[in-house]
Amino acid sequence: MYSGEEMVDLLLELGISHVVWIPDSTFGEWDDAFTLSKQIELVQVCREGEAWAVAAGLYLGGARPLVVIQCTGMFESGDALRNAVHDYGLPLFGIVGYRSYLNSETLPGDTCLRFTEPILAAWDIPSVFIDEVAKKPLLQEHYRTCQQEGHAGIVLMAEGRA
Amino acid sequence: MASTPPRSQMPLPEALRVLQVHSQDSVVISTMGAAREWAKLDPSPLDFVYVPSSMGQAPSLGLGVALAQPARRVIICNGDGCMLMNLGSLVTITAAGAENLVLVVVENGIYEVTGGQATAASAARRQDGESLCFADMARACGFTSVFEFAALDDWTARCSEVINQPGPVFICLQVEGVEGDVSPRSPGPASERVARFMEALQP
Repeated sequence: MYSGEEMVDLLLELGISHVVWIPDSTFGEWDDAFTLSKQIELVQVCREGEAWAVAAGLYLGGARPLVVIQCTGMFESGDALRNAVHDYGLPLFGIVGYRSYLNSETLPGDTCLRFTEPILAAWDIPSVFIDEVAKKPLLQEHYRTCQQEGHAGIVLMAEGRA
Repeated sequence: MASTPPRSQMPLPEALRVLQVHSQDSVVISTMGAAREWAKLDPSPLDFVYVPSSMGQAPSLGLGVALAQPARRVIICNGDGCMLMNLGSLVTITAAGAENLVLVVVENGIYEVTGGQATAASAARRQDGESLCFADMARACGFTSVFEFAALDDWTARCSEVINQPGPVFICLQVEGVEGDVSPRSPGPASERVARFMEALQP
């Protein structure tokens, strides 16, 4: 839905300083653009729980991080997310890939389709869902709204591959 | 990657007092048992007592602060049980190349705050009876400045030297477990502490 260059430009427009991530097969296509960007620092973690904690530290230190992970990583990282967003009230922002939403041919019966939205709702973080090109402006709008209102936010982004 | 017990151990409160003497201009992030003791040391505004925590995430939180504040030394006081919950953070820290980061693991071989159960890395839980060596783990994950101390006088003598080594620095302190009421407590409302900490970090 987004090219890497398009995403870098968008993040620069939003004032993002660091991307904290683990690439999946969809977001992985942004790797070159993130790596080549001289204005956005890329922090690659080993497990998604780390991502929220690194982002929390970056925010405390005055940076403006963005977490980019797949929904499976959101499942794994729940406690770190809970701590940063709800215990400490940090307005962290993330893009979460919704595995198999557009195409579940590679993983028929993928239970990500069953659990992603209920789990995101359970973590009580305002989110928007982008599943078509026409909805792309929701990303900027949601980020700005969350920052202005001082709370965390997530963009759930439909993916077609595992 | 094994080390042979028994090893001498230093009291945790005294070990942290030594660190505090030499970390006056640094950010110190403490968690679990270390947070409990650090909170008693009259922390500076640059210290963040990470309670409540997401267990295991203190090194990651500290890495974020270190990357955002490259001119400040950031010291993380982590437990060995916490370290085991997030060993990947050792790799993340060295990949990020945070030269201003010092990771201190206080190793007592137990989950102290839950009643002293042995960790999976301790001799008591190993089939061969040999505890795992956190310093070796750190080296394997890319740390090049790695230190271990079991005696308080050695740590006292070299603390200043080792925390000023080229980072990221890894230090393992063999400490005694503490018995009794050992749960760390939040030193105040989290939102207020976040605001004070962020203000202290401003240039």
